[in-house]
Amino acid sequence: MSNSILESGTPGTEAAATVMSMQQALNRALDEVLAENPKTVIFGEDCGRLGGVFRITDGLQAKHGTQRVFDTPLAESGILGMSVGLAMAGFHPIPEVQFDGFAYPAVNQIVCQIARMNYRSRGTLPMPITLRVPSFGGIRAPEHHGESLEALFAHVPGLKVVSPSNPHEAYHLLKYAATRPDPVIFMEPKSRYWQKGEVDTDSADAGGGAPTGAKVMREGRHLTLVAWGAMVARCLQVAELAAEDGIEIEVLDLRWLKPIDAASLAASVRKTRRAVVVHEAPLTSGLGAEVAQLITQACFSTLKAPVERVTGFDVPYPSGDLEDEYIPNIDRILFGIQRVLEYKRG
Amino acid sequence: MDTLPLAASGGDAGPLSAAELRRLYSLMVAVRHLDTSAIAWQRQGIIPGYAPELGQEAAQVGSGYAVDTTRDFVFPTYREMGVARTMGVDMVGYMSTHKATWHGGLYDPAASRLAPIQAVVGGSVLHAVGWAHGQTLAGPADGKLGVALTYFGDGASSQGDVHEAMNFAAVMKAPVVFFVQNNGWAISVPTERQVAGGSVAARAAGYGMPALQVDGDDVVAVVDATRRAFAHARAGHGPVLIEAMTYRRGPHSTSDDPGRYRSLDEERDGAGVDPLERLRQRLLADGIADEAFFAEALVAAKAEEEQIRTGIQALGPRPGAEMFDLVFQETTPALQAQAAHWREESEHV
Repeated sequence: MSNSILESGTPGTEAAATVMSMQQALNRALDEVLAENPKTVIFGEDCGRLGGVFRITDGLQAKHGTQRVFDTPLAESGILGMSVGLAMAGFHPIPEVQFDGFAYPAVNQIVCQIARMNYRSRGTLPMPITLRVPSFGGIRAPEHHGESLEALFAHVPGLKVVSPSNPHEAYHLLKYAATRPDPVIFMEPKSRYWQKGEVDTDSADAGGGAPTGAKVMREGRHLTLVAWGAMVARCLQVAELAAEDGIEIEVLDLRWLKPIDAASLAASVRKTRRAVVVHEAPLTSGLGAEVAQLITQACFSTLKAPVERVTGFDVPYPSGDLEDEYIPNIDRILFGIQRVLEYKRG
Repeated sequence: MDTLPLAASGGDAGPLSAAELRRLYSLMVAVRHLDTSAIAWQRQGIIPGYAPELGQEAAQVGSGYAVDTTRDFVFPTYREMGVARTMGVDMVGYMSTHKATWHGGLYDPAASRLAPIQAVVGGSVLHAVGWAHGQTLAGPADGKLGVALTYFGDGASSQGDVHEAMNFAAVMKAPVVFFVQNNGWAISVPTERQVAGGSVAARAAGYGMPALQVDGDDVVAVVDATRRAFAHARAGHGPVLIEAMTYRRGPHSTSDDPGRYRSLDEERDGAGVDPLERLRQRLLADGIADEAFFAEALVAAKAEEEQIRTGIQALGPRPGAEMFDLVFQETTPALQAQAAHWREESEHV
């Protein structure tokens, strides 16, 4: 599977751009955040000496010391619960939950404590916690290692949720998230860790603003594909294939899953008048429903067809052998596009 | 019951002076009177609910008395009114949570050194560990660490988070004092149906952590145990567990009916001698206080309660805009849009 579309689609000036993997981009972002803010601390299971099972924190303990980058006992609720106390003591914790499915034992601390402490304390105890979660499927991993939790977290008042789609986005979104005064769930598409791409370290977006909203990764005029995380690269592949048939697809990387950039969604679909949202998570009550509603609300009169969803199914995340049947693949996304293009008003 | 020994003595403070003992009595009377009054407030419709701490005054005042509010931080549950009062927290702000004004209370937790009131059983115990580890990371200013004092009960000791907290604290040698008020009951479930192994204190040995099991109705014993634990943690020797054995003399909350799970005879037997009366008898026997002092303390407690009640009654609802404004430090467009809708559609704005 080629990623050339994604990589060449990354904006930025040639001079500042370097090619690196998402793992390297995340590692570099963390390194810089540690250097820039002495109150930043990184911790979790195997984050220290090992550098994390995905090596995202590789070398950071050796460089910044065991006080700044450390291993914790193997208990996710403990990791997130102690993050609350560290934040109360003036630190900016960047905890890691080793895999998406391991966030479930910490949901009480995330939902009942991290998400609410700023509110409960009337703003006197902010929770600048950046929770990194290697997320989504696609790596033939054991059970509980391929979950998509964005809808769960996005539903919780007090949390923000973001997911990068490529090395450039990973670098900038993590640097941005890790300097925010609010809790951010940072969902890293683990299937994309080792894909390389150009990273312009000088500028997140054309125009130089903070990476706060959605981002058009490819322009088109016939239909908007909305995606995030690993699905963005797949949608760019689909757009390339569709272009061969003369269908010009716009690919919108949502990036922020909370808050969702409703204005960019509306702007894109007002132009294309058709939309398909793609995610790995199960269909029912997935974030695709929220995206579809936001589009419908803003573009009802101009839409040529109902917003289509191409998603995982309402089944437990399957074993590796069936993974490709579950995750939206190119064919299923193309079928979704076809349904929208061929829609006839009753 | 002491398990592993403490590595430090009681610290700088010597035995409690006569003035300190009188101070403890005054605090306990103030707490007792405010606590029993709060039940009355609920019956009178001034507040919708309250979780009384009748019988736990010695455990709460004694432990709160050991806190140094210039450098320590306290993590309460929803039943630590006596700790808050002892620490000098604004009590209208504290009691406002029971008026349903704001979850967590209106007092400033950062300035008060008292975390917001916590409704999740065992929920804040891990926060204490994180805060305490932060003291280690920041480095002690004068060789003495700030200590996190975290409260929970025999019921909360069943929570997994409490295990994780004790293990984390022990592994990281975090300056935490785990203060268990074993009041015999978790709503309707007695300790023997809750705590395997005989006591919460016994579990500390498994973490390599010293534990002190004290008579939680003896305020002098509680002050002493808490000071010893603080000295141990402050010196960088790691966490300590204190299990204060006491008795929940009242209901779990103003919505509870203990008659459904314990008889009055059982209640009388379990409660033993009232901790306030015990201190009174001690002060009398030692010639430290007389009836005039006790009467004066009660008058002061009544005046204080009246002032707090007046403050609570004067509290109006918070502006609805705070629902939106206090979710994040940096608000979101969606939240702003919802706030705008609310402003347009609410008749109260």
